[in-house]
Amino acid sequence: MTTEPATTEPATTGPATTMPATTMPATTTYGKPPGSISRWAAVPALLIVAVFLGAPLVIIFLYSFLNRGKLGVGVNWSFSWVPYRSFLFREDFRGNLEFASSNLRILWYSTWLAGVTTALCLVLAVPAALWISQRPARQRNALVLAITIPFWTNVLVRTYAWILILSDSGLANRILRGTGLRKEPLTLLYTSFATQIGLVYTFLPFMVLPVYAALERFDVRLAEAAFDLGARRRTVIRRVILPTIKPGLIAGSILVFVPALGSFLQPDLLGGGKRMMMSNLIQQQFGASRNYPFGAALAFIIFAIVLVVLVIASLATRKRAVQLELL
Amino acid sequence: MNAKQMDIRRYPGLGPYTVFFFAFLYVPILVVIAYAFNSNKLVTVWDGFSTEWFGKVFADEELRQTAKNSLIVAVCATIVSTSVATLAAVSIATWGRRTRGLATGLLAAPLFVPEIISAVATLSFFALLKVDRNLRTVILAHIVFCIPFAFLPVRARLASLDHRWFEAAVDLGARRATVLRRITIPLLGPGILSGALLAFVISLDDFLITFFVSGPDSETLPVYIFGMIKNGITPKVNAVSTMLVLVSTVLVILSFAVSRIQRRNT
Repeated sequence: MTTEPATTEPATTGPATTMPATTMPATTTYGKPPGSISRWAAVPALLIVAVFLGAPLVIIFLYSFLNRGKLGVGVNWSFSWVPYRSFLFREDFRGNLEFASSNLRILWYSTWLAGVTTALCLVLAVPAALWISQRPARQRNALVLAITIPFWTNVLVRTYAWILILSDSGLANRILRGTGLRKEPLTLLYTSFATQIGLVYTFLPFMVLPVYAALERFDVRLAEAAFDLGARRRTVIRRVILPTIKPGLIAGSILVFVPALGSFLQPDLLGGGKRMMMSNLIQQQFGASRNYPFGAALAFIIFAIVLVVLVIASLATRKRAVQLELL
Repeated sequence: MNAKQMDIRRYPGLGPYTVFFFAFLYVPILVVIAYAFNSNKLVTVWDGFSTEWFGKVFADEELRQTAKNSLIVAVCATIVSTSVATLAAVSIATWGRRTRGLATGLLAAPLFVPEIISAVATLSFFALLKVDRNLRTVILAHIVFCIPFAFLPVRARLASLDHRWFEAAVDLGARRATVLRRITIPLLGPGILSGALLAFVISLDDFLITFFVSGPDSETLPVYIFGMIKNGITPKVNAVSTMLVLVSTVLVILSFAVSRIQRRNT
């Protein structure tokens, strides 16, 4: 540390404003942001992310271009296109390649479920967010808290809850029987429907919060002006409200679509593992099948889709900041 | 304030719809809680009120061990991620615009990598280095995904602070260390605290990454519950789930209160 003459001299030189410039600390933060610590203090955090996320990602990227290890353990360090090729083609025992659509169907199923989840969350979230945004401040805070609680509640527990509701002896069938609508139990659990409802339920809060944040900033005088000029309710929604909250809608869609695409628990617990999503297939490669290169290739296929979605979204909003601003 | 409110009567269905919306969010959680107090052994057959399943949860040695693991992991991950993320946020603020943007992107990156990919990548990383999967590997993995949650609130808080606080302190002859201790840290306090609470909840709740990087002796509570569900549902699952819901609810309310206080003070 630099020595400061001002502290060793008796303070008789008058008020601080008349102090000569030389008595100012040498490392004044004048004009700079309030960072009063070394610029190197950021290194540990950056290093942790770089080493324990960056390096692992590089490793599985390399893995996705390698052969399987002998006896199916680990990898064999020789270059190969096989992991990506085997996504589309199966090799028969004579070495002929044959187109196989099963993996492609899993990818399509994942993308479809994630897309439908995003659409349903949009439809469910916008009206509620609109209503909440028009409440007095105190109520708004309470309602946002009420959305935040499920948001942070364990996903495993929230997924498990639907087993209790959808099983043959579950709440839904109990109600159906109780009201006399059905005598035989309706098979709800271990279906794509169950997976879908679990996904919507899991990711709905991810949509409401950014949409609400956008609506809270929305200047309602715009809507009032449109009404005064004779616009109908639907026109106001379509031409005034939705376009102004577009960044919130896009941000919410990303927050729903990206994790929904990589869902593991819902197809496993609610879908009963009957129809896999990409994550289940990846887990299988790193688990029972022990095919790390293929698992790594699958992970990068998902990653590529996520990147494309992020790029499209950032082009659509032209505000990269939106993605970070949410939290 | 009132002038900013739209006449919601223009959209008459919204209020009732919102009631349905919140019912959809809460009924499943309430179902789990309700069945946790069910005395019947069959999970979905209601047979009267009972707290015996909570007693069985506390008596279960394995559950206690995994709960302890969860707690150790969450506490360690929270302390480390909050410390390094706070240091990073304060330090990065002095960087140039471009490097600052890059560093912020890197620290927020764990949010944008799908969880399944982080999970298998971390697994492969430890396997390649021949590191045994134990509680330490779980803690390391948790630190990584907790960092954005600890970093972003502090960064947001820092950006909202009035620079004149710091300039006034420096003008009055405060040293850097004094500014840090007396000005920066107290003002950042609420941001740090809400970041730490979020990191704690995130760590406590994580399933997928832990599922991949934990070994047989380092299972956390969610991983163990997953196993219980797969082996057949017992009312114990409801009881332990209820306890998890309770813990995260309390933490979220705390975090919310902290950020409200913070907003009021600025």
